[in-house]
Amino acid sequence: MSLTRQEVEKIAHLARLSITEQEMPVYVTSLSSIVAFVDELSRADVDAVAPMAHPLVGQSQRLRADVVEDTDRHEKYQANAPQIQAGLYVVPRVIE
Amino acid sequence: MLHNLSIGELADLLARRQVSSVELTQHFLDRIARLNPQLNALITLTAERALGEAAAADRRRSAGENSPLLGIPLIHKDIFCTDGVRTSCGSRMLDNFVAPYNATVVERLQGAGGVMLAKANMDEFAMGSSNETSFYGPVKNPWDTTRVPGGSSGGSAAATAARLAPYATGTDTGGSIRQPAALTGVTGLKPTYGRVSRFGIVAFASSLDQAGVFARSAADAALVLQVMAGFDPKDSTSVDQPVPNFHAALQGPIKGLKIGLLREFFDGLEPKAAALIQDALTLYRKLGAETVDVSLPSLPLSVPTYYVVAPAECSSNLSRFDGVRFGYRCANPKDLMDLYKRSRGEGFGAEVKRRIMTGTYVLSAGYFDAYYLKAQKARQKIADEFRAAFTKVDLVIGPTTPTPAFGIGAKIDDPVTMYLNDIYTIGANLAGLPGISVPCGYVDSLPMGLQLIGPHFSEDRLLKAAHHYQLNTDWHRHSPRGYES
Repeated sequence: MSLTRQEVEKIAHLARLSITEQEMPVYVTSLSSIVAFVDELSRADVDAVAPMAHPLVGQSQRLRADVVEDTDRHEKYQANAPQIQAGLYVVPRVIE
Repeated sequence: MLHNLSIGELADLLARRQVSSVELTQHFLDRIARLNPQLNALITLTAERALGEAAAADRRRSAGENSPLLGIPLIHKDIFCTDGVRTSCGSRMLDNFVAPYNATVVERLQGAGGVMLAKANMDEFAMGSSNETSFYGPVKNPWDTTRVPGGSSGGSAAATAARLAPYATGTDTGGSIRQPAALTGVTGLKPTYGRVSRFGIVAFASSLDQAGVFARSAADAALVLQVMAGFDPKDSTSVDQPVPNFHAALQGPIKGLKIGLLREFFDGLEPKAAALIQDALTLYRKLGAETVDVSLPSLPLSVPTYYVVAPAECSSNLSRFDGVRFGYRCANPKDLMDLYKRSRGEGFGAEVKRRIMTGTYVLSAGYFDAYYLKAQKARQKIADEFRAAFTKVDLVIGPTTPTPAFGIGAKIDDPVTMYLNDIYTIGANLAGLPGISVPCGYVDSLPMGLQLIGPHFSEDRLLKAAHHYQLNTDWHRHSPRGYES
C-alpha cells in the first residue's frame, strides 16, 4: 500500500501542517512505508474481539463535580502566548 | 565517590550528617558541568534553584525530618512541567515555553525533598527510540559516544548511567524508559497505566503514556516509585489503588516464583543476546524460581497496532499546538490558516510531523474501521493473551531490546526499522502492564537489558524479582569507562 502525493497533501492539510517542496517526496515515501507496515493488521483475525476501551479491566472514565478550584492566573498563562493585547490572544484578521 | 553510591547509601550519609544536601548537590552540578558537554544529556540546567532546594532540604533535616529522598538530587525528563522552568519537550515548538505549574510527579518529588538539577534531553514529544529527533540534538551513549542511548527518555538514561544524578524521571509510551535503560546499562521501571499521575506531563498518546524512573538498582527505583505513585484527582485515568511499601516488598525469598518465558521474545533473537537471558533464567532457577514456557500468539501484532493507536492519539493531542495560546508562532502569517500550518510545519520536527500525519490518516473518513478500530481490537486481544498468561505465571521475562545500542544516524532515515526497536517493549504499554529493565550483561561490550513484565499493579513483585537478580549479579554496578571517578 502506498500513498500518492495528493493523498499526503490532503493529510497535511487536515493536520494543518505546511510541508515544503523538498520535504514532500520524503513524506510520501516514509508515510507509504509506515502505512504498508501497519497494513499487517488487515491479516489479523480479531473480528470477534471487542475494541479496547480502557487498558485496565473494569475502569471507566471518572467524573468530578464541576467546581472551580483554581484562582484566575491568566496573566501567568498568557506569558507564554506569542501575542496578546488587553488580555486577549491576537491572531490575523478572520472577518473582513 | 558520592556519585557511585545508591540512594539508600546517600540518604544514610545525609541522615548521619556526613554530607549535606548542598554539598551533594554541588558534587553532581560539578559532574554535570564536566561531563554533560560530551553527552548532551541535558537541555536546561537549574543549578541555582537546585542549591536553593538543597539548602531547604538541609533545613528540613535539621528540623528533624528524615525521609529517603530528602536532599537527594534528581533530573527530570523535559516532558514534565516545572513551574517557572522551561519545559521544551525536546521541541522547537516549546523552546520558549515556561511551564506555569508543576506536574504532579514534580510536585510529589519536590515535596519529598528532591533537588532538581536539570531537565533532560529527549526525543521530540517523546516520539523516537534513539533520542535523535530532539530539537536540541542527539544524546550520546556514555558507553560509546558514537552510539545512541535509546529513546525517548535518552537524556534521563544517559544521565543516570553517567552518574550525573542518583536517579531521573522518564515516561514510557512504547518502551521509552525500558529501552534506553537497557541500552545504557541502568534500571528502568515503567509502572502500571494509571499508577503514576499523568497530570502536567506533555501528552503524546494518553492511553499509553506512563511516568516512571531510571535508577541504578531496583532498590533505588522502589524508593522513588514510592513517592511518585498514588491517586491524583487531577488525572482522570489515575487509579485509586492502595500503594504498597515497595522497599519493604523487596525482602523475602523468591522461591516458588513462577516465571514465564515468552516464546515470541526469543524468536529470531540473536544467540549472544539469547544467552544472556538464559543465564538470567539459570540464576532465577537457582534462587528457587520455576520457569515455564508461555506464548502470546498475537504479540507480533503489537508494533503495527501501536503505530496506529499512538499516532492517532498523538494527532489529536498535538492539535493543541496552534501558534495562538503558547508555543512557536511563524513570522508574518498572512491569515489564520497560514498561521496554523506554518507554525506547526516549522515548530514540529520531521518525526513528529510523520506521526501526526500517520494518525490523521488512520482516523480520516473511510480508514477508521480498517486501521484504528482494528488496532483497538488487536490491542484488546494482546491484553487478553497477557491476562491468560498471568493465570499461569507470576511474571514474564525476556530481553528488553533485540540488539544493543546502535550507531547515531544508523536508523534515523528508516522509520519502520526504527519502530521495530521497540518490538519487546510495546506489548506492556498496549496492555497497560508494568515492566522493568535491568542490566544483564553485554553484547559486543555494550549493555543489554533483561525485561520483566507483570500483571497490573504488580510493581512490588517486579521490583522484588529484579532486586534478587541484582543481589546475585553485579551488572548494575558497572560504570561506563570514564565515568567512575
